[in-house]
Amino acid sequence: MISQAVPETSIYVPHPAELIRVVLIAEREKLFEFRLKDGKELSHKPGQFVELSIFGIGENPISISSSPTKKGSFELAVRNVGNVTNALHSMDTGTTVGIRGPFGNGFPVNNIKGKDILIVAGGIGLFPLRSLINYVLDNRKEFGRLIVLSGSRTPQERMFARELENWQKREDMELLETVDKRDQSWTGNVGVVTTLFPKVDMDPENTFAITVGPPVMYKFVVVACQKKGIPDEQILMSLERRMKCGVGKCGHCQINGVYVCQEGPVFTYTQIKKLEEAI
Amino acid sequence: MKNRLIRKQNMDLLVNNLIGTDVEVVGPKRKDGKYAFGKLTAANEMCLAYDTTLLPPKIYLLPQKETLIRFELGEQPKIEPVVEAKPTILFGVHPYDIKAIELLDTAFSTTNPDINYLSRREKTIIVGIDCLNPNPNAFCPSLGTAIAETGFDLMLTDIGDSYVVAVGSSKGEELLDNYAEGKEATSSDLIRRDQARQKALTKYKTGLNVTLDELTELLDKSWDSPLWKERSEQCLSCGSCVMVCPTCFCFDVQDDIALNLKDGERYRQWDACMLPDFALVAGGGNFRKDRESRYRHRLYRKGKYVWERWGKLGCVGCGRCASACLADIASPAETFNLLKEEDK
Repeated sequence: MISQAVPETSIYVPHPAELIRVVLIAEREKLFEFRLKDGKELSHKPGQFVELSIFGIGENPISISSSPTKKGSFELAVRNVGNVTNALHSMDTGTTVGIRGPFGNGFPVNNIKGKDILIVAGGIGLFPLRSLINYVLDNRKEFGRLIVLSGSRTPQERMFARELENWQKREDMELLETVDKRDQSWTGNVGVVTTLFPKVDMDPENTFAITVGPPVMYKFVVVACQKKGIPDEQILMSLERRMKCGVGKCGHCQINGVYVCQEGPVFTYTQIKKLEEAI
Repeated sequence: MKNRLIRKQNMDLLVNNLIGTDVEVVGPKRKDGKYAFGKLTAANEMCLAYDTTLLPPKIYLLPQKETLIRFELGEQPKIEPVVEAKPTILFGVHPYDIKAIELLDTAFSTTNPDINYLSRREKTIIVGIDCLNPNPNAFCPSLGTAIAETGFDLMLTDIGDSYVVAVGSSKGEELLDNYAEGKEATSSDLIRRDQARQKALTKYKTGLNVTLDELTELLDKSWDSPLWKERSEQCLSCGSCVMVCPTCFCFDVQDDIALNLKDGERYRQWDACMLPDFALVAGGGNFRKDRESRYRHRLYRKGKYVWERWGKLGCVGCGRCASACLADIASPAETFNLLKEEDK
């Protein structure tokens, strides 16, 4: 006999949200700002994700790009790569989409209070990291140094270019950028994101490294962090998987026995080391 | 646990009396030389001496395709949940399938309870029956799934002209009180039941040469075994092993829109980790793109992941996957035994 009571609501029903602003970020990327129609806050943590529904097209997991310190609305930065993202990219403000979530563990913001934070972003890995960066900036006194290393393929593919420039000017954080391939406009560093590591001094015991980027980048970033002396349990990364349900049922996000939508998407390298197929 | 003795013709009467009520009565029926669960219109359609069915009774709890929400497009889209559950009695469920349903119950009720599954489950009565003619590919005794002590409302054992019926719940008891004439089983009836069960145990042709505890350990050190590649080279990536599995419950989620381009639904349908695009992400990355990693993942899930996560068996030894596999590589028993050999 089954002892568990039948729940009153369905975990699969999205909440209506209105698209209130669209900003072009780069050639294939836009920022979408949404407001939940029931007037509630999304109440997320940096590093969490939502399931975004475009009714009739489908549902996708998308990381949240805005900080929870921003009230009244939330932002999703999205690259146009598939059916749902393509439909989203063609939407005008005023359109209603569906939102489920937030899901996932997010970055452990409480555990890293008082610590130095080294953020390593590769390409659109900056999308979820922007939530954390803005969260730290809005609660600046609660954290130590904020160092951001950001790598892009080309100068044209720098995400949130204007925000990068604002961060560059700030006294309370350090931003170092690099591009894989330069063009005539670029006078900065050229090379993959790990080439920025020798340029920063850090106190490794007191530093949490948090990285998001393409899977291939992680192995190199981990080695670079270890070289700096950052302990494995202080190296964190967010893993990309195709969470189709977000609630630990559909199985698509599984790495071994781990459901990334439940236990992740943020893992320490100590955890990842034991997970074959993780990166 | 209470045990009754019910003559077979009285059990038929029970089934026939239920048919035509507002309960859907389902049982194993013959199908093209094999067996399949299906809706009954008369008790004599049922074949309770079957070995195993093509698909598990899971299809009545987690259907192949199921609508989760319905929506109407427009400036203000209307969205509503869809929960379809009708009272159902599943007759003739074998103990291994009951064990598999216990896993589904756990997976769909712990953290984020799933209203679609649990509504169906709540309205389902399970009348089990001991499997006395096991399929040659089955290896239930090795996993302790040949007999179920829990997870059913009633459990039948065929002792010739009668069934010994164990009462597993008040719903089961009610069913007997309302529909079946019978008496308390005597100790000699129970002895006959145990003899029938014992005899069935001798009929299994497949066995696992490792205990459950050893299996987890064995898998812990077998990740890099050449066996995964060797065996998976035959794999057709058809997903049949998953589609017939009573413990598999992964699903895909898709939207469908009507011809009026206004009404639509979101549904889930069974998916399989053995299919090439199961772990595919946007942009083309695939975390298990080769057959070897998919094959290994499935067998680790059967032997380790499910057990560690939910404390329930990820494989109940029904042998359906082995029967369905065209390449003859799907049997967990055979694979784990080969790993054990290799480990010696």
